[in-house]
Formats: sequence, C-alpha cells, structure tokens
Amino acid sequence: MKTLCEKYARKLVKQGLTAPGDPIVGGLDAELVWNRQDQRIKELAILFDELSINSLIFSKPAEPFATIIDFLASRYPDTIRPEDTETRTFLHDIPVCREFSAQAIVANLKKRKAVIIPGNGIISYGTVTPEQGFVFYSSTIFACFVLFFSEYMKEAKTGTIDTEFQAAFDKAVSHLPAPRTDLPTLATGPHNDEEIILSAMAEAGKAVVEYGLVDSFFGNISYRLGKIIYISQTGSSLEELQGCIDPCPMDGSSTAGLTASSELTAHEDVYRRTPVDCILHGHPKFTVIMSMDCDRTDCKNRGKCHVACTECRSIEGVPIVPGEVGTGPTGLCNTLPPAVASCGTAIVHGHGLFASGVTDFNEPFKRLLETENLCRKLYFERLSRLID
Amino acid sequence: MSNPICGWTGKVLHIDLTTGELTTQYPARAIYEKYIGGKGMAGYYLRPHASLKWNDPNLPLLIFTGPLNGTIAPTSGRSTIMSRSPLTGTICDTSVGGKLATQLKRAGLDGLVITGTSDKPCGIEISDDTIEIIETDLWGETTDVVFDRLEADGPNGMSIACIGPAAENGARISAIMVDRHHAAGRGGLGLICATKNLKYISIKGTGKVRVHDKETLKEAREEIFRLTAASPVLMGQHGFSCWGTGSIFDLMDSRRMMPTDNFKKTRFEAAGKLNAAAYKTAFEPRRHGCKGCHILCKKIAKDGRNIPEFETMSHFTALIGNTDLELVVQANDLCNRLGLDTISAGATLACYREITGKNFTPRTLIKSLYEMANGGYLGKGSLDFAESCQKPELSMSVKGLELSAYDPRGAYGMSLAYAMSTRGACHLRAYPISHEILRKPVATDRFSFSGKARIVKIAEDANAVVDSLTACKFTFLAASLEEYAKAYTAVTGVPSSAHDLLTVGERIYYNERIMNAANGFCSGDDDLPPRFFTEEGTSGGGIEIKPLNRNDFLNAKNNYYIIRGLDKDGMPTAETTERLGLTL
Ligand SMILES: [Zn+2]
Repeated sequence: MKTLCEKYARKLVKQGLTAPGDPIVGGLDAELVWNRQDQRIKELAILFDELSINSLIFSKPAEPFATIIDFLASRYPDTIRPEDTETRTFLHDIPVCREFSAQAIVANLKKRKAVIIPGNGIISYGTVTPEQGFVFYSSTIFACFVLFFSEYMKEAKTGTIDTEFQAAFDKAVSHLPAPRTDLPTLATGPHNDEEIILSAMAEAGKAVVEYGLVDSFFGNISYRLGKIIYISQTGSSLEELQGCIDPCPMDGSSTAGLTASSELTAHEDVYRRTPVDCILHGHPKFTVIMSMDCDRTDCKNRGKCHVACTECRSIEGVPIVPGEVGTGPTGLCNTLPPAVASCGTAIVHGHGLFASGVTDFNEPFKRLLETENLCRKLYFERLSRLID
Repeated sequence: MSNPICGWTGKVLHIDLTTGELTTQYPARAIYEKYIGGKGMAGYYLRPHASLKWNDPNLPLLIFTGPLNGTIAPTSGRSTIMSRSPLTGTICDTSVGGKLATQLKRAGLDGLVITGTSDKPCGIEISDDTIEIIETDLWGETTDVVFDRLEADGPNGMSIACIGPAAENGARISAIMVDRHHAAGRGGLGLICATKNLKYISIKGTGKVRVHDKETLKEAREEIFRLTAASPVLMGQHGFSCWGTGSIFDLMDSRRMMPTDNFKKTRFEAAGKLNAAAYKTAFEPRRHGCKGCHILCKKIAKDGRNIPEFETMSHFTALIGNTDLELVVQANDLCNRLGLDTISAGATLACYREITGKNFTPRTLIKSLYEMANGGYLGKGSLDFAESCQKPELSMSVKGLELSAYDPRGAYGMSLAYAMSTRGACHLRAYPISHEILRKPVATDRFSFSGKARIVKIAEDANAVVDSLTACKFTFLAASLEEYAKAYTAVTGVPSSAHDLLTVGERIYYNERIMNAANGFCSGDDDLPPRFFTEEGTSGGGIEIKPLNRNDFLNAKNNYYIIRGLDKDGMPTAETTERLGLTL
C-alpha cells in the first residue's frame, strides 16, 4: 500500500499537477500508511474513520491551477459545475469546502469523489486504490482549467470581466508553459509485428502524456494490423501501456475486447471506413475549450450542444462533432467515425481530439499537437479582437 | 401524521402454510431505513429464526423487494429470496431477476414471510389484494410445464417463481426458477420451498410505487445511463448487452484462470471454440432481461432455450472436460427444467469425475443430472459426495458451496472473497473480478493481496446495499453508490449519501456474520480447499499461475477480520455489534 501511495504522489508531481514534496497520500488496509509526514495528517486520518475508503490524496495544485481553482471557488461558493463532457459524466460536479476540517471535508466527500478547499488544495479518495484519487484529482484540475478559460471568453464577449477575473486570468496565463512545437521521433512504420506494435503504442502513449495532450487516465490509442485492432484497455494510463493493450479481432470471433477502451467501437468503425492504420485520442485543453466556443447564443440546442449540436462546425478544417463517451444512442460512436474518415482528424464537442494516420503514430501525433497549438493561438487571437 | 411513505409500500405479508393464516404487517419506518429492503430486510426477518434446521416448518422463506423496484431507477428488477441453506447451513440469500420484485411491489407488498408446511402441495397466488393458497396438481412437474400451465390461465405480465422435481426429491442444490429464464440458484433454496409443500408463487399487481421526487430520480437515471453507455463491459461491442455474461469467457481463457478438470488446471485447450461468439453463431440468440433493465444481459436461443450464463458455460465444459456446445445448452436447459443450480451441479459432476476417474459421455452426463434431481446422492452436492468417499478435500467448495468459474489462483482478491462470503464460495458477494480483471473502477494487481482485505470488505458492504435497494450488481461496473444514493433519496425522501448507504450495507452484512456465528461457523470455515495452496495452475503465455501463498492468504484474512470488526476467530464482537445498532 505504501508503495502505491508513493507512486501516485510522484505521479502528481511528474505530471505538473502539484509542486514537488507537496502531495499527501494515505492508504489503508488493516493499517493506515502515508507517503510522508505532515502535521495535517492528524486531521486527514479522521476521514478514514468516517468514510468507507481505502486511500486519500490531498495536495495544493501547482500554478496556474491553484489560481484557477481558487478563483472559480470564489465565483461558485458551493459547487463548481464542469462543462466538458467526460468530467460531467464521471464527476457530475465538484463541491467547494470552506474550511480544512475533517468534519467539513467528510460532509462533502460523502457526496462527491473530489472536493476543493480554496487556498488549501484538492482532496480526493479511492475505495480500491489511490489511483482513483489520482484520477479524480487530475480530472478536477482539467475540468476547472477548461471552465476557467471558457468563462473568460464568454465574459469577454459580453464585456463583463471584472478586476478579480482579470487579475486571476493574467496570473494564470503567465504560468502557462510555452506551446511545444518540437515533434517527438516515434518509431516509423508500417508495423507488421505484434511486439513492435505494442512497443510503438506504448511509445506514442507516453509522448501524448508528456506533451500534456491528455490527462494520463483518459485518452486512447489503437493500431490496426490486418483484421486485428490493438487498442489500449479501458482506464489505462497512456504512459503505462505495457500489458494494457487488447488485441481485438474485427470478425466477431472473440470477446477478448471486453476490457478494451470504451471507444473501441468508434475506432473500429473508422478502420472499416477508411484505410488508416492508427488512431490517437487525447484531451488537449485548448482544443476542448475552442470546441465549446460558439457564438449562437439563441440556438435551440444551447445547453445540450455536446449531444444535440446540428451545426457543421469546424476549426480550420477540423470538424467538430457532438457525442457522449461510449455506445449509447447519443454516443460518439455514431458521429465520430464518418468525420475522422473524411478529414483524418475530428474534435468531439467538449471532449477531445481523434487523429488518424497511415503507417505509424508520427502523423496522428503531429495532427494532435498542431491542432492544439492552433486552438491555443485562435483562443488568444479571438480574445484580443474582443478586448480591443 | 408523517408524510406518506414513498418507495416502500409499507406492507409485509406473513403467510403461514400450516394454518393458511395471512397477516399483514406494517413495519416501522425506522426498520426500513435501517435495512432498506431486499437482502437487508430479509436478513432482518430471518435473524430470529436463523438457527432453525432447514426442514423446520418454522424456518421462514423470505422474498423481499427494495424501494427502487417498480420505479424508473435503472436495473431495478431484482428481488431477494432468502432462508437458511440446506446445502451449507449458512444464511443464504440470492438475488434473482425477472418480474418478481416489480409485480410484488405493484401488488402493494414489500415482502413475503412464508412459514409452515401445507398438508398438500400448494401454490400461492397473489393478485393485488387477493391472496390465495391453492392446492395444486403441478407437483412432480418440471418447471417449464409449471410456467406453461400457469401462464396459460393467468393474467398477462404475471410473475411466477417455482420449483422443479429436484427440490421435491430432496436435492440440496435445487434452485427456484423465476419467470422461466431466471434462477435463484445457489444454496438449495428450492428445497426450502419443497419442505413447505410449496410448488409455486404467482404474483400480479396493478398498483404504482409512489416516488418522492420524480425529477431528481430522472436526473439520477440519466446519470446512470450515461455511465453505463460509457462502460465497455456493459454496453461495449464485446460487452454483456451484446453477448451476455458469456463475454467473460474469452477473458478467463486469456488470463489463464478458467477452472479446468475440477480446478486441477486453469486453462482448457478447447476454450476458443466454446466462447460467446460460438454460441452466437450456433444458436442465434435474442436479448432478454429483467423488468426495468436496459442492459439486457440474458440471451435466449432461437429455439427458446436459455443460453447458459458464463459460469455454466465454463463449468459444463472446462471443469468436466466437455467440448460439445450443444450438450452445454442441453444440460443448462435440463437444470432449469429440473430446478438445479447449474454451478453446483457442474462442480459436483467435476468432483465425481475426479474421484471416480470416469469421463462423461453426453448420455452419462444427462443421466447424472436426472439422477441428481431424482434423489440421487449427487443431488446433495460435492462436499457430501467427497466426504462419503473420504476425500473431502476434492470438493471445490467453501462452507459446502461450490466455487464458481473464476480460479482463485488467478485473482487473489477473489480467493479472499470466496473464503469470507457469508453463504460459501460465491463470486458475487465482493466480485473482485471487477477490478482484478475488468479494470473497474480501476485496475488492481490480481496477483497481490495488498489492500485486498479492505477492498473486499467495502465491496461486500456496497453489494449488500445493491441487493437491498434492489438493483443489479452488474450496473456497478459502471455506476456507483453515489448515483444510486441519489436515486434512493429521490424515491424514498430519506436523505442519504454513498457513505451513509455503505454503513447500512455494513450492518446488513454483519448481521449475516452474527447468524452464521450462532450456527457454529468460525475462522476455520473461512477457508479455501487445500488444492489452491499446494498445486499450481496452468502457466504460459507470459502468465505464471502459482499456488496461493498460505501465509499471505492468512495474513489477508486476519486483516479482513480487523477491518470487519470481528475477533481473531472471525466471531462478532460486542463493540462492532453495538456500533452498527445490532444485538448479539
Ligand atoms: Zn476521451
């Protein structure tokens, strides 16, 4: 258990979500263990008595996230409602807790999986492993980032930005890392051998996380060889794909893909429609933000754009489609494949980007990165036009 | 006056088959809030009588619904049937699908408490407020005949639960069949009915369940739908909805944990030809499900026979050395008609095969099933048979209940869950397969005991809640108690959270430990057959299946006792009992 606590403390730091030395991760089987000492542990330990949990993560986010979260918590004193679809599906909303006391935190964690304590940080838990807490922690940050920049754009349009928002925005922007323009050198294809495919997928997955194009837990990746699709497993970390890739025959002869990504159907449909060999899917932040930026305030589908948008929207030729995670009637498995098949790349509203490629992952990676950089550029261009 | 009761109907019907007396009881609201319904309420009613022998007429047979049954809450079609098991002597509750819970609720009842023995074979017929105990000439008939006859005369949409000849002839592995396609299979509850001379129960209700807050319930329903749609295991193209629970079969093969030859091996060479895809090609099944379910994991062959569930697919092939697909469907169909638990039946045949060294032919296999149902010795289960051969260690059972189709050497949390389960080797009490194999809610290391004791304990509590609400455990491969707490509160108006419900689950489960302890069950019974600690499974393909490390297992078991608030012998303590609002 201690090893797992330490692993996820390290992972929070490595992904730039928190400052080195800050995360406190506790795990309980018969005995309670922590990744490190801290005076706040006395209070946090009470949570294990009050809740049926086996692990806990508490940490102050790194910048710009700390600024963003504290600002949103000042705007929404009780609950922050994310706008991106994945967070909406899995977290619903994120409660704000005003004080760092076990009692107050327990009251909030009884309802939701992660809680924001302004000025202190984010706290989240797991009932199986600390990985759950990690996922909720990073999802909270992702959701708040997207919400913050989306709201700023909205208020820029209506001219209602106040000084606090402006100050928080300026501070957050000053902490944004410069966009990466260098491309990784990924294994060149075509890949005709299972072992090579698995290692090429692991390498590409790592790069997507390293470039900040996805939170490690989400996203997926696949490669097709003949009639077999190799695809990352559901809930696998893209930077740790070793042993987490399922071979799924396209002829329906096996159900070994039971543990495959929830987007297997969408991937498979793309492969059926067009002769590409690989697909990468990430959640690049500005792509997600720009996918939700729409000027049609009077649209009858407003508020349900992520499932009901009927406009042919696009960003510089990359189509934006509605669709929820998975295979439901409003699932992206219905909308995404035709778009990827015709354009090579498509954005799912409020969710992320799917990019396909021939022979190897260099091409989809390039599309993923370039689209994100372009969206980031467009975001600030649009802002400066609005503010001038 | 308090507000009108929502979710629950507020009525429990006591039926005494000896006297024919019917008594309606209105349990205090506090009892409902303390035990919710389903498994929880049934356990509450079993408790005072839990030490009666299985053939004592005063031992109650309990059928309970939960507050979500009959509402639009997703997967709310299940009910609990509970009593003391004739096979194991432990408490025994089974969650069963179909329309039983829905019809009972619509008839205005939260549960039935059936005691006594009818002097002649009888059926109980419930149609809203009209409740009759009727002499029947269906005794001796197979379940398909019972369904045919009753359906022909009864109203549309009625639910029927019945037993077959296996129970009538004393089989301790006999099931109660519900609505033709669903089985309350495990632990021999069919025999409890037979002891009472009760052949069937039919229920038809036309009422509605009152819901406290319809809008919020709709919201919770949408949230749950969204989560299940995002679940590859449930709604994905290789998932339960498309293929049935049989879609796990390929996974068990590739993970090298398919129980083979009475658990001597963990890989079956012919598995690739016996998977869910093979059934789809051979039998062109259609989808079917419980009332109120959108997943529809049941599959019915074109010719009307049930397609076997995963456990049956596995035990009637790998475990007994059979490679004939049609024979599996035949055996499954026969078990359903005779009213036999397919898991125990398959595992008992496997035990017989290992001890006698005799392989089955299609003819001897079918003949053995008939013998089980006709009073033959195999109908008493594998432990009884193995003991009679002085080889109890070859019964692959815990507390006398046979293991299902997940080899514990391939999933260490599963090994602990089998051993700790209050009804014997049941995979569904904690279902560690969820995280050890299916990666939900996240993946854990299946070859490690680290953290598993607490995970198993929390999952047992959570599933106790699910079986009390009642909902289907499979939904929880996608949704969580967070969404279901919202649904529960919306339906009943009782404020709750996932964690509040877990405390109720803990109480329900601990109550079962108390009943078992009173019947003499202790630490020595929370154990697996020795084979799993001494023999290795079938390694290969980069996967090593080692014997379980005895010390690690005992350590995890010890941790479990600490976490569950039991003493070192696995016995309930005064302190935990009091904390959970129970009495010893
Ligand atoms: Zn995604």
